Amino acid sequence: MLAKRIIPCLDIKNGRTVKGINFEGLRDAGDPVELAVSYAQQGADELVFLDINATNENRKTLTELVTRIAKQINIPFTVGGGINSIEDVSILLNAGADKVSINSAAIKEPTLLKKLTKQFGSQCIVLAIDTKFENDAWFVYLNGGRIKTNLRTPDWAKQAAELGVGEILLTSMNNDGTKKGFANTITQQISELVNIPVIASGGAGKIEHFRDAFNIGKADAVLAAGVFHFKEIEIQELKKYLKENKIEVRI
Amino acid sequence: MKTVILKYNSGNVRSVSFALERIGINAIVTDNEEEILSADKVILPGVGEASGAMMYLKEKKMDDLIRALNQPVLGICLGMQLFCRFSEEGNINCLGIFDQDVKLFSPGELKVPQIGWNTINELSTDLFKNVKENAYQYLVHSYYVELGANTIAQTNYGINYSTAIQKNNFYGVQFHPEKSGLIGQTILENFIKL
Repeated sequence: MLAKRIIPCLDIKNGRTVKGINFEGLRDAGDPVELAVSYAQQGADELVFLDINATNENRKTLTELVTRIAKQINIPFTVGGGINSIEDVSILLNAGADKVSINSAAIKEPTLLKKLTKQFGSQCIVLAIDTKFENDAWFVYLNGGRIKTNLRTPDWAKQAAELGVGEILLTSMNNDGTKKGFANTITQQISELVNIPVIASGGAGKIEHFRDAFNIGKADAVLAAGVFHFKEIEIQELKKYLKENKIEVRI
Repeated sequence: MKTVILKYNSGNVRSVSFALERIGINAIVTDNEEEILSADKVILPGVGEASGAMMYLKEKKMDDLIRALNQPVLGICLGMQLFCRFSEEGNINCLGIFDQDVKLFSPGELKVPQIGWNTINELSTDLFKNVKENAYQYLVHSYYVELGANTIAQTNYGINYSTAIQKNNFYGVQFHPEKSGLIGQTILENFIKL
Protein backbone atom coordinates (compact mmCIF):
# COMPACT_ATOMS: atom_id res chain seq x y z
CA MET A 1 0.00 0.00 0.00
CA LEU A 2 1.16 3.51 -0.78
CA ALA A 3 2.48 5.11 2.42
CA LYS A 4 1.57 8.56 3.70
CA ARG A 5 4.63 10.82 3.59
CA ILE A 6 6.32 12.93 6.26
CA ILE A 7 8.26 15.84 4.76
CA PRO A 8 10.55 18.13 6.76
CA CYS A 9 11.01 21.56 5.19
CA LEU A 10 14.22 23.58 5.35
CA ASP A 11 14.29 27.31 4.68
CA ILE A 12 17.42 28.38 2.86
CA LYS A 13 19.12 31.76 2.65
CA ASN A 14 22.47 32.19 0.92
CA GLY A 15 23.06 28.45 1.06
CA ARG A 16 22.44 28.15 4.81
CA THR A 17 19.45 26.99 6.83
CA VAL A 18 17.66 29.92 8.45
CA LYS A 19 14.48 31.58 9.67
CA GLY A 20 12.78 31.29 12.97
CA ILE A 21 14.69 28.19 13.81
CA ASN A 22 16.43 27.76 17.10
CA PHE A 23 19.44 25.64 16.40
CA GLU A 24 20.40 25.08 20.01
CA GLY A 25 21.50 21.54 20.45
CA LEU A 26 22.35 21.00 16.79
CA ARG A 27 26.00 20.50 16.07
CA ASP A 28 26.23 22.49 12.86
CA ALA A 29 23.80 25.35 13.00
CA GLY A 30 23.47 26.23 9.38
CA ASP A 31 24.49 23.53 6.93
CA PRO A 32 21.36 22.31 5.12
CA VAL A 33 23.16 19.25 3.80
CA GLU A 34 23.98 17.98 7.27
CA LEU A 35 20.39 18.51 8.42
CA ALA A 36 19.09 16.84 5.28
CA VAL A 37 21.23 13.75 5.79
CA SER A 38 20.12 13.55 9.39
CA TYR A 39 16.43 13.77 8.41
CA ALA A 40 16.89 11.10 5.75
CA GLN A 41 18.47 8.79 8.32
CA GLN A 42 15.64 9.45 10.78
CA GLY A 43 13.09 8.25 8.25
CA ALA A 44 11.88 11.37 6.46
CA ASP A 45 10.18 10.32 3.21
CA GLU A 46 11.12 13.42 1.24
CA LEU A 47 12.58 16.86 1.87
CA VAL A 48 11.63 20.33 0.71
CA PHE A 49 14.13 23.19 0.47
CA LEU A 50 12.69 26.68 0.14
CA ASP A 51 14.97 29.48 -0.96
CA ILE A 52 13.54 32.41 0.97
CA ASN A 53 15.95 34.94 -0.49
CA ALA A 54 15.71 34.00 -4.14
CA THR A 55 17.53 36.49 -6.34
CA ASN A 56 19.54 36.06 -9.50
CA GLU A 57 22.80 36.45 -7.58
CA ASN A 58 21.79 33.79 -5.10
CA ARG A 59 20.62 31.36 -7.75
CA LYS A 60 24.14 30.08 -8.31
CA THR A 61 24.62 29.42 -4.58
CA LEU A 62 21.33 27.54 -4.51
CA THR A 63 22.27 25.46 -7.55
CA GLU A 64 25.55 24.46 -5.96
CA LEU A 65 23.72 23.57 -2.77
CA VAL A 66 21.25 21.41 -4.70
CA THR A 67 24.12 19.42 -6.18
CA ARG A 68 25.71 18.95 -2.74
CA ILE A 69 22.36 17.71 -1.40
CA ALA A 70 21.81 15.38 -4.36
CA LYS A 71 25.23 13.81 -3.85
CA GLN A 72 24.58 13.13 -0.19
CA ILE A 73 20.96 12.11 0.30
CA ASN A 74 19.22 9.01 -0.98
CA ILE A 75 15.60 10.20 -0.78
CA PRO A 76 13.73 12.57 -3.11
CA PHE A 77 13.76 16.31 -2.57
CA THR A 78 11.93 19.37 -3.88
CA VAL A 79 13.40 22.83 -4.34
CA GLY A 80 11.30 25.99 -4.36
CA GLY A 81 11.52 29.76 -4.06
CA GLY A 82 11.50 32.37 -6.78
CA ILE A 83 11.34 29.92 -9.67
CA ASN A 84 9.76 31.63 -12.63
CA SER A 85 11.00 30.20 -15.91
CA ILE A 86 11.69 27.03 -17.83
CA GLU A 87 15.37 27.84 -17.53
CA ASP A 88 15.21 28.06 -13.71
CA VAL A 89 13.57 24.66 -13.57
CA SER A 90 15.98 23.12 -16.04
CA ILE A 91 19.00 24.34 -14.05
CA LEU A 92 17.69 23.01 -10.73
CA LEU A 93 16.64 19.63 -12.13
CA ASN A 94 20.00 19.27 -13.87
CA ALA A 95 21.72 20.16 -10.60
CA GLY A 96 20.04 17.10 -9.05
CA ALA A 97 16.67 18.25 -7.64
CA ASP A 98 13.89 15.69 -8.10
CA LYS A 99 11.06 18.21 -8.14
CA VAL A 100 10.60 21.96 -8.11
CA SER A 101 7.80 23.93 -6.52
CA ILE A 102 6.30 26.93 -8.27
CA ASN A 103 4.22 29.57 -6.54
CA SER A 104 3.92 33.27 -7.51
CA ALA A 105 5.16 32.85 -11.09
CA ALA A 106 2.34 30.41 -11.83
CA ILE A 107 -0.29 32.79 -10.51
CA LYS A 108 1.05 35.57 -12.69
CA GLU A 109 1.28 33.28 -15.72
CA PRO A 110 -0.73 30.06 -15.35
CA THR A 111 0.35 28.77 -18.78
CA LEU A 112 3.86 28.42 -17.33
CA LEU A 113 2.57 25.33 -15.52
CA LYS A 114 1.48 23.78 -18.78
CA LYS A 115 4.82 24.52 -20.41
CA LEU A 116 6.73 23.10 -17.47
CA THR A 117 4.71 19.91 -17.14
CA LYS A 118 4.94 19.30 -20.87
CA GLN A 119 8.69 19.73 -20.91
CA PHE A 120 9.67 18.05 -17.64
CA GLY A 121 6.68 15.83 -16.81
CA SER A 122 3.94 16.33 -14.23
CA GLN A 123 5.80 14.30 -11.64
CA CYS A 124 8.45 16.95 -11.01
CA ILE A 125 6.27 20.06 -10.92
CA VAL A 126 4.72 20.91 -7.55
CA LEU A 127 2.36 23.85 -7.21
CA ALA A 128 2.77 25.64 -3.88
CA ILE A 129 -0.29 27.58 -2.72
CA ASP A 130 -0.21 30.00 0.20
CA THR A 131 -3.79 30.42 1.32
CA LYS A 132 -5.66 32.49 3.90
CA PHE A 133 -9.23 32.29 5.16
CA GLU A 134 -10.90 35.69 5.05
CA ASN A 135 -14.55 36.75 4.83
CA ASP A 136 -15.81 33.17 4.60
CA ALA A 137 -13.49 32.09 1.80
CA TRP A 138 -9.98 30.81 1.20
CA PHE A 139 -7.90 33.15 -0.98
CA VAL A 140 -4.56 32.63 -2.72
CA TYR A 141 -1.64 34.87 -1.71
CA LEU A 142 1.43 35.90 -3.71
CA ASN A 143 5.06 36.64 -2.87
CA GLY A 144 5.45 34.56 0.26
CA GLY A 145 2.08 35.61 1.62
CA ARG A 146 2.60 39.33 1.22
CA ILE A 147 0.12 40.08 -1.57
CA LYS A 148 -3.50 39.01 -1.66
CA THR A 149 -5.11 37.91 -4.91
CA ASN A 150 -8.78 37.53 -5.74
CA LEU A 151 -8.24 33.89 -6.65
CA ARG A 152 -10.21 31.38 -4.59
CA THR A 153 -8.01 28.49 -3.51
CA PRO A 154 -10.26 25.66 -4.80
CA ASP A 155 -10.51 27.36 -8.21
CA TRP A 156 -6.76 27.79 -8.46
CA ALA A 157 -6.05 24.22 -7.32
CA LYS A 158 -8.46 22.84 -9.90
CA GLN A 159 -7.00 24.97 -12.68
CA ALA A 160 -3.44 23.96 -11.78
CA ALA A 161 -4.36 20.28 -11.76
CA GLU A 162 -5.84 20.71 -15.22
CA LEU A 163 -2.63 22.41 -16.36
CA GLY A 164 -0.80 19.23 -15.37
CA VAL A 165 0.96 19.82 -12.06
CA GLY A 166 1.82 16.58 -10.25
CA GLU A 167 1.21 17.70 -6.66
CA ILE A 168 -0.14 20.58 -4.60
CA LEU A 169 1.66 21.89 -1.53
CA LEU A 170 -1.04 23.72 0.42
CA THR A 171 0.09 26.08 3.19
CA SER A 172 -2.52 27.70 5.40
CA MET A 173 -1.31 31.13 6.50
CA ASN A 174 -3.93 31.11 9.26
CA ASN A 175 -2.38 27.99 10.76
CA ASP A 176 1.30 28.45 9.94
CA GLY A 177 3.38 28.93 13.06
CA THR A 178 0.41 28.51 15.43
CA LYS A 179 1.20 24.90 16.39
CA LYS A 180 -2.54 24.38 16.70
CA GLY A 181 -2.92 21.87 13.90
CA PHE A 182 -3.37 21.89 10.14
CA ALA A 183 -6.19 23.53 8.19
CA ASN A 184 -8.02 20.26 7.69
CA THR A 185 -11.19 21.67 6.17
CA ILE A 186 -9.54 23.32 3.17
CA THR A 187 -7.03 20.49 2.85
CA GLN A 188 -9.84 17.96 2.63
CA GLN A 189 -11.73 20.11 0.17
CA ILE A 190 -8.72 20.43 -2.14
CA SER A 191 -7.72 16.79 -1.74
CA GLU A 192 -11.17 15.64 -2.80
CA LEU A 193 -11.44 18.22 -5.57
CA VAL A 194 -8.28 17.30 -7.47
CA ASN A 195 -7.01 13.87 -8.45
CA ILE A 196 -3.37 14.60 -7.59
CA PRO A 197 -1.59 14.29 -4.23
CA VAL A 198 -1.99 17.14 -1.73
CA ILE A 199 0.66 18.02 0.86
CA ALA A 200 -0.71 19.71 3.99
CA SER A 201 1.47 22.44 5.48
CA GLY A 202 1.27 24.93 8.34
CA GLY A 203 0.29 24.38 11.93
CA ALA A 204 2.07 21.25 13.13
CA GLY A 205 2.50 21.25 16.90
CA LYS A 206 1.68 17.77 18.19
CA ILE A 207 1.76 14.28 16.73
CA GLU A 208 -2.03 14.16 16.83
CA HIS A 209 -2.09 17.01 14.30
CA PHE A 210 -0.40 14.77 11.73
CA ARG A 211 -2.95 12.03 12.34
CA ASP A 212 -5.78 14.53 11.81
CA ALA A 213 -4.21 15.95 8.64
CA PHE A 214 -4.27 12.44 7.18
CA ASN A 215 -7.60 11.23 8.59
CA ILE A 216 -9.65 14.42 8.46
CA GLY A 217 -7.71 16.54 5.95
CA LYS A 218 -7.25 13.55 3.60
CA ALA A 219 -3.70 14.73 2.96
CA ASP A 220 -1.34 12.46 1.04
CA ALA A 221 1.69 13.96 2.76
CA VAL A 222 2.37 16.37 5.59
CA LEU A 223 5.07 19.02 5.68
CA ALA A 224 6.49 20.63 8.81
CA ALA A 225 9.57 22.60 9.80
CA GLY A 226 9.79 23.96 13.34
CA VAL A 227 8.65 20.87 15.22
CA PHE A 228 11.38 18.84 13.51
CA HIS A 229 14.12 21.47 13.73
CA PHE A 230 13.41 22.10 17.42
CA LYS A 231 13.30 18.32 17.97
CA GLU A 232 9.86 18.68 19.52
CA ILE A 233 8.74 15.77 17.37
CA GLU A 234 11.03 12.92 16.36
CA ILE A 235 10.19 11.45 12.96
CA GLN A 236 10.54 7.85 14.10
CA GLU A 237 8.22 8.34 17.09
CA LEU A 238 5.75 10.18 14.90
CA LYS A 239 5.66 7.34 12.40
CA LYS A 240 5.27 4.75 15.15
CA TYR A 241 2.30 6.72 16.50
CA LEU A 242 0.72 7.01 13.04
CA LYS A 243 1.16 3.30 12.41
CA GLU A 244 -0.54 2.53 15.75
CA ASN A 245 -3.37 4.71 14.50
CA LYS A 246 -3.69 2.56 11.37
CA ILE A 247 -2.14 5.11 9.05
CA GLU A 248 0.17 3.51 6.48
CA VAL A 249 3.70 4.85 6.90
CA ARG A 250 7.15 3.66 5.90
CA ILE A 251 9.07 2.51 8.95
CA MET B 1 33.93 -2.91 -14.14
CA LYS B 2 32.63 -0.35 -16.59
CA THR B 3 29.16 1.03 -15.96
CA VAL B 4 27.49 3.25 -18.51
CA ILE B 5 24.45 5.46 -17.99
CA LEU B 6 22.78 6.09 -21.32
CA LYS B 7 22.62 9.76 -22.11
CA TYR B 8 19.36 10.75 -23.71
CA ASN B 9 16.75 13.43 -23.11
CA SER B 10 15.81 12.14 -19.67
CA GLY B 11 15.74 14.16 -16.50
CA ASN B 12 17.47 12.41 -13.69
CA VAL B 13 20.76 11.14 -15.11
CA ARG B 14 22.60 12.89 -12.29
CA SER B 15 20.55 11.26 -9.52
CA VAL B 16 21.48 7.84 -10.84
CA SER B 17 25.10 8.81 -11.26
CA PHE B 18 25.27 10.21 -7.69
CA ALA B 19 23.62 7.06 -6.28
CA LEU B 20 26.23 4.93 -8.03
CA GLU B 21 28.99 7.15 -6.63
CA ARG B 22 27.65 6.43 -3.16
CA ILE B 23 28.30 2.71 -3.73
CA GLY B 24 31.73 3.38 -5.18
CA ILE B 25 30.91 3.19 -8.89
CA ASN B 26 32.03 5.95 -11.21
CA ALA B 27 29.65 5.55 -14.13
CA ILE B 28 30.20 7.07 -17.54
CA VAL B 29 27.31 9.08 -18.90
CA THR B 30 27.42 8.74 -22.68
CA ASP B 31 25.56 8.19 -25.92
CA ASN B 32 28.68 6.94 -27.69
CA GLU B 33 28.04 3.57 -29.33
CA GLU B 34 31.48 2.08 -28.68
CA GLU B 35 31.44 3.10 -25.04
CA ILE B 36 27.99 1.58 -24.60
CA LEU B 37 28.88 -1.70 -26.35
CA SER B 38 32.04 -2.15 -24.31
CA ALA B 39 30.33 -1.55 -20.94
CA ASP B 40 29.85 -4.34 -18.38
CA LYS B 41 26.59 -2.81 -17.21
CA VAL B 42 24.24 -0.36 -18.88
CA ILE B 43 21.60 1.74 -17.14
CA LEU B 44 18.73 3.51 -18.89
CA PRO B 45 17.42 6.05 -16.40
CA GLY B 46 14.10 7.68 -16.93
CA VAL B 47 12.15 10.70 -15.97
CA GLY B 48 10.14 12.28 -18.70
CA GLU B 49 7.58 11.47 -21.31
CA ALA B 50 7.51 8.24 -23.34
CA SER B 51 6.80 9.36 -26.90
CA GLY B 52 9.39 12.16 -26.75
CA ALA B 53 12.00 9.84 -25.28
CA MET B 54 11.27 7.11 -27.84
CA MET B 55 11.50 9.52 -30.77
CA TYR B 56 14.81 10.78 -29.42
CA LEU B 57 16.19 7.23 -29.16
CA LYS B 58 15.10 6.46 -32.73
CA GLU B 59 16.51 9.68 -34.08
CA LYS B 60 19.87 8.90 -32.49
CA LYS B 61 19.63 5.26 -33.72
CA MET B 62 19.88 4.15 -30.11
CA ASP B 63 16.80 1.92 -30.32
CA ASP B 64 18.51 -0.87 -32.29
CA LEU B 65 21.63 -0.44 -30.19
CA ILE B 66 19.73 -1.00 -26.93
CA ARG B 67 17.88 -4.06 -28.29
CA ALA B 68 21.19 -5.61 -29.32
CA LEU B 69 22.91 -5.28 -25.95
CA ASN B 70 24.10 -8.53 -24.35
CA GLN B 71 25.37 -7.28 -21.00
CA PRO B 72 22.99 -6.70 -18.04
CA VAL B 73 20.84 -3.62 -18.76
CA LEU B 74 18.72 -1.86 -16.14
CA GLY B 75 15.84 0.41 -17.13
CA ILE B 76 14.52 2.67 -14.39
CA CYS B 77 10.95 4.05 -14.41
CA LEU B 78 10.44 5.45 -17.92
CA GLY B 79 13.53 3.43 -18.89
CA MET B 80 11.67 0.26 -17.98
CA GLN B 81 8.54 1.40 -19.78
CA LEU B 82 10.55 2.03 -22.94
CA PHE B 83 11.59 -1.66 -22.88
CA CYS B 84 7.94 -2.61 -23.39
CA ARG B 85 5.91 -3.11 -26.57
CA PHE B 86 3.67 -0.06 -26.56
CA SER B 87 2.93 2.89 -24.27
CA GLU B 88 -0.33 4.73 -23.84
CA GLU B 89 1.72 7.80 -22.95
CA GLY B 90 1.71 9.47 -26.36
CA ASN B 91 0.49 6.16 -27.91
CA ILE B 92 3.86 5.05 -29.15
CA ASN B 93 5.53 1.78 -30.05
CA CYS B 94 8.47 1.27 -27.72
CA LEU B 95 11.52 -1.01 -27.89
CA GLY B 96 9.50 -4.23 -27.73
CA ILE B 97 11.99 -6.17 -25.62
CA PHE B 98 9.10 -7.17 -23.34
CA ASP B 99 5.73 -7.99 -24.87
CA GLN B 100 3.80 -6.15 -22.17
CA ASP B 101 2.08 -2.81 -22.71
CA VAL B 102 2.29 0.35 -20.64
CA LYS B 103 -1.06 1.70 -19.50
CA LEU B 104 -2.40 4.78 -17.75
CA PHE B 105 -3.66 4.27 -14.20
CA SER B 106 -7.40 4.72 -14.54
CA PRO B 107 -8.40 7.72 -12.47
CA GLY B 108 -10.90 6.77 -9.84
CA GLU B 109 -10.51 6.94 -6.11
CA LEU B 110 -6.75 6.74 -6.43
CA LYS B 111 -4.67 9.73 -7.28
CA VAL B 112 -2.62 9.89 -10.44
CA PRO B 113 0.37 10.15 -10.49
CA GLN B 114 1.13 7.70 -7.73
CA ILE B 115 3.76 9.54 -5.71
CA GLY B 116 5.55 8.12 -2.71
CA TRP B 117 6.78 4.96 -1.05
CA ASN B 118 5.01 1.71 -1.77
CA THR B 119 5.89 -1.91 -1.05
CA ILE B 120 7.38 -4.38 -3.51
CA ASN B 121 6.31 -8.03 -3.30
CA GLU B 122 6.76 -11.50 -4.85
CA LEU B 123 10.42 -10.72 -5.39
CA SER B 124 12.53 -12.99 -7.56
CA THR B 125 15.96 -13.04 -9.22
CA ASP B 126 19.28 -11.90 -7.76
CA LEU B 127 18.31 -8.27 -8.35
CA PHE B 128 16.44 -8.55 -5.05
CA LYS B 129 19.07 -10.52 -3.13
CA ASN B 130 18.95 -9.50 0.57
CA VAL B 131 15.81 -7.44 -0.03
CA LYS B 132 12.84 -8.46 2.10
CA GLU B 133 9.28 -8.87 0.87
CA ASN B 134 7.20 -5.73 1.42
CA ALA B 135 10.24 -3.46 1.34
CA TYR B 136 9.37 0.15 0.53
CA GLN B 137 10.63 1.81 -2.65
CA TYR B 138 9.97 5.30 -4.00
CA LEU B 139 7.66 5.56 -6.98
CA VAL B 140 6.40 8.42 -9.06
CA HIS B 141 4.43 7.50 -12.16
CA SER B 142 1.11 7.71 -13.95
CA TYR B 143 1.66 4.75 -16.29
CA TYR B 144 2.23 1.13 -15.32
CA VAL B 145 3.19 -2.24 -16.77
CA GLU B 146 0.70 -5.08 -16.30
CA LEU B 147 1.61 -8.33 -14.63
CA GLY B 148 3.05 -10.96 -16.96
CA ALA B 149 5.43 -13.86 -17.34
CA ASN B 150 8.40 -11.50 -16.97
CA THR B 151 7.25 -9.95 -13.68
CA ILE B 152 9.91 -10.26 -10.97
CA ALA B 153 8.28 -7.91 -8.43
CA GLN B 154 4.84 -6.45 -8.03
CA THR B 155 3.23 -3.50 -6.27
CA ASN B 156 -0.39 -2.74 -5.50
CA TYR B 157 -1.97 0.58 -6.40
CA GLY B 158 -5.61 -0.16 -6.92
CA ILE B 159 -4.41 -3.13 -8.96
CA ASN B 160 -1.34 -5.36 -8.78
CA TYR B 161 1.13 -4.37 -11.46
CA SER B 162 4.72 -5.12 -12.47
CA THR B 163 7.06 -3.02 -10.41
CA ALA B 164 10.01 -4.98 -11.85
CA ILE B 165 10.40 -7.14 -14.97
CA GLN B 166 13.20 -9.27 -16.37
CA LYS B 167 13.92 -11.04 -19.64
CA ASN B 168 17.36 -12.48 -20.36
CA ASN B 169 19.85 -9.65 -19.69
CA PHE B 170 17.18 -6.91 -19.49
CA TYR B 171 15.92 -5.74 -16.10
CA GLY B 172 13.38 -3.00 -15.56
CA VAL B 173 12.23 -1.38 -12.33
CA GLN B 174 9.31 1.03 -12.03
CA PHE B 175 10.54 2.39 -8.70
CA HIS B 176 13.58 4.63 -8.24
CA PRO B 177 16.32 2.66 -6.44
CA GLU B 178 18.54 5.75 -6.69
CA LYS B 179 16.08 7.60 -4.43
CA SER B 180 14.94 4.75 -2.20
CA GLY B 181 17.28 4.83 0.76
CA LEU B 182 19.46 1.92 1.76
CA ILE B 183 17.23 -0.76 0.23
CA GLY B 184 17.37 1.01 -3.12
CA GLN B 185 21.13 1.10 -2.73
CA THR B 186 21.17 -2.68 -2.18
CA ILE B 187 19.19 -3.20 -5.38
CA LEU B 188 21.65 -1.05 -7.35
CA GLU B 189 24.56 -3.01 -5.82
CA ASN B 190 22.83 -6.26 -6.78
CA PHE B 191 22.51 -5.08 -10.37
CA ILE B 192 26.17 -4.13 -10.52
CA LYS B 193 27.07 -7.64 -9.25
CA LEU B 194 24.90 -9.48 -11.82
